[in-house]
Amino acid sequence: MEAQESKQVKALATKIRLGILEAIHSVGSGHIGGSLSIADVLAVLYGREMRYDPKNPAWEGRDKLVTSKGHCGPAVYATLAVEGFFPYEELKTMNKPGTRLPSHTDRNKTPGIDMTTGSLGQGTSLAAGMAYGEKLKKSDCRVFCIVGDGESNEGQCWEAFAFAAAKKLSNLVVLLDWNKKQLDGYLADCMPMASFEEKFKAFGFDTVTVNGNDVDALAAAIERTRKGGDKPYAIVMDTVKGAGIPDVENIMMNHSIPVGDADFEKWTAELKAQLAELEG
Amino acid sequence: MYKVVYNGEMDKRQGKSVTGKVIPELLEKDPKVVYLDADLMSCIGTLKLAKETDRAIECGIAEANMVGVAAGLAAEGFKPICHSFGIFASRRCFDQAFLSGGYAKNDLTILGSDAGVSAAMNGGTHMPFEDMALYSALPGATVIDVSDPTCLESVLRQCPDRPGVKYIRFSRKDYAKVYEEGSELPIGKAITLKEGSDVVIFACGLMIHEAMKAARTLAGDGIDAAVVDCFTVKPIDREAVAAWAKKCGAVVAAENHNRFGGLYSAISQVLLEEAPVPAGCVAVEDEFGEVGPQSYLSERFGLTAEHIVSVAKEVIARKKLTK
Repeated sequence: MEAQESKQVKALATKIRLGILEAIHSVGSGHIGGSLSIADVLAVLYGREMRYDPKNPAWEGRDKLVTSKGHCGPAVYATLAVEGFFPYEELKTMNKPGTRLPSHTDRNKTPGIDMTTGSLGQGTSLAAGMAYGEKLKKSDCRVFCIVGDGESNEGQCWEAFAFAAAKKLSNLVVLLDWNKKQLDGYLADCMPMASFEEKFKAFGFDTVTVNGNDVDALAAAIERTRKGGDKPYAIVMDTVKGAGIPDVENIMMNHSIPVGDADFEKWTAELKAQLAELEG
Repeated sequence: MYKVVYNGEMDKRQGKSVTGKVIPELLEKDPKVVYLDADLMSCIGTLKLAKETDRAIECGIAEANMVGVAAGLAAEGFKPICHSFGIFASRRCFDQAFLSGGYAKNDLTILGSDAGVSAAMNGGTHMPFEDMALYSALPGATVIDVSDPTCLESVLRQCPDRPGVKYIRFSRKDYAKVYEEGSELPIGKAITLKEGSDVVIFACGLMIHEAMKAARTLAGDGIDAAVVDCFTVKPIDREAVAAWAKKCGAVVAAENHNRFGGLYSAISQVLLEEAPVPAGCVAVEDEFGEVGPQSYLSERFGLTAEHIVSVAKEVIARKKLTK
């Protein structure tokens, strides 16, 4: 990425983090850790990689995103709101009665959400099916699938990855959020998964590991996947759970935490200062 | 249109010969139809398809992924038909059918072969007595227990364009012939196979044949039994069930399934709400399956014409007591 574009994508990631705070603070608590860890990849996807039309969310020619770790809804909603799929103010309705923004992503409720997820592991098969469908239609649309590292405990993920490689789904890009923690603590303590990179390679994926909170590294890795070929892509994103807000990064158990008024004001001020610098 | 031609003879066609004929036809006719299997194409006569078209998808022994992939294809505008043995097509992928399918509004047709005792030599591990209960609990789902090869063909042709999750259980092997080949059986409609006035037997699947034999035996004893084919277990044909229950005043439900959550449960709800009359069932009495020839298993679990006769007499006796 050119320096200017890099700055714009970084600014978008910051806006996404602000939106995450907006949504979670409005409910009082929520899945903040794993939402913040994927803010950068969402900024790269929506800021430069994916084709989409906020005015026509069901546009046939769009690229699709499956957030298999469905609990990162706040991050996707923030992205969609910033990109104009729905009014930014609507973020404050998250999880409230009758909302279009449920905690876990739902294709039938939210403009711009391509798939319903929440039962971990299921998004991987759904994304593989969508990628297969795009191939059948001979379209050049791509499917991006964000998978949690804890989520990969689910056996279904590995069924889906074997399928994706067997069917040569080179229009599928799996983005694994390796933030090292799951709900009960570190993966290393709960359920160590050994090397993701080696696993994906063994399954037949074109695989790289990058700093998943560095938009330049992400942009380069994702850009590589445009070339197609005969393998699905896996990008292991080495991330920090809670990335971008130091206080949250420093909380050990930060999967889902309360966000009170004082925290909201402090963290929002930090992010706004960062944004001013990027946009200045 | 349909024509009932039951005369006690077996159908020359088997369930698997119907799937082997109709699935390729559906793929040929409608470019949106896709067919997925979990390493059991050989069992339903569709193996050659995997080499012929990308729309016949071998998923390997991974039913959860198969149903998820199918749901993803549905989101892309395709009309997926998935197959596995009934146990795997229900228990092994239920959360996927429920959430990735039903909840996410990705319409699916799921075929479960070897219904109930027809799993015979594969034994208890392969014998679904609970598949209809599971799918009946999925909001908006359609649950079908196929009555004969013609019924299988008819519902298979209707399901791809029907919304929601559709679960079709069937036997790959022998059925008594119930309908004239080519008959069209509208999903959701119960079909009267035999008129009667003393007791009505609501049956589905392999129990249709037993119910018809039972009606003949009952006639010999001076009892006029009606037999109604409830191949659509969900949504049950409330109107037909209530009307027949009111007319006969005594009900027997017969199913190759656990007494909980299948046809008897569906019928009982209608009776309680619309026509409370004495009722009983011939069904598996809350047991697991076991191995053996189908004829042995039918006896072992009481899924026989003789058992229907005795339950029919018992409910008629209760009807008389309540009068």
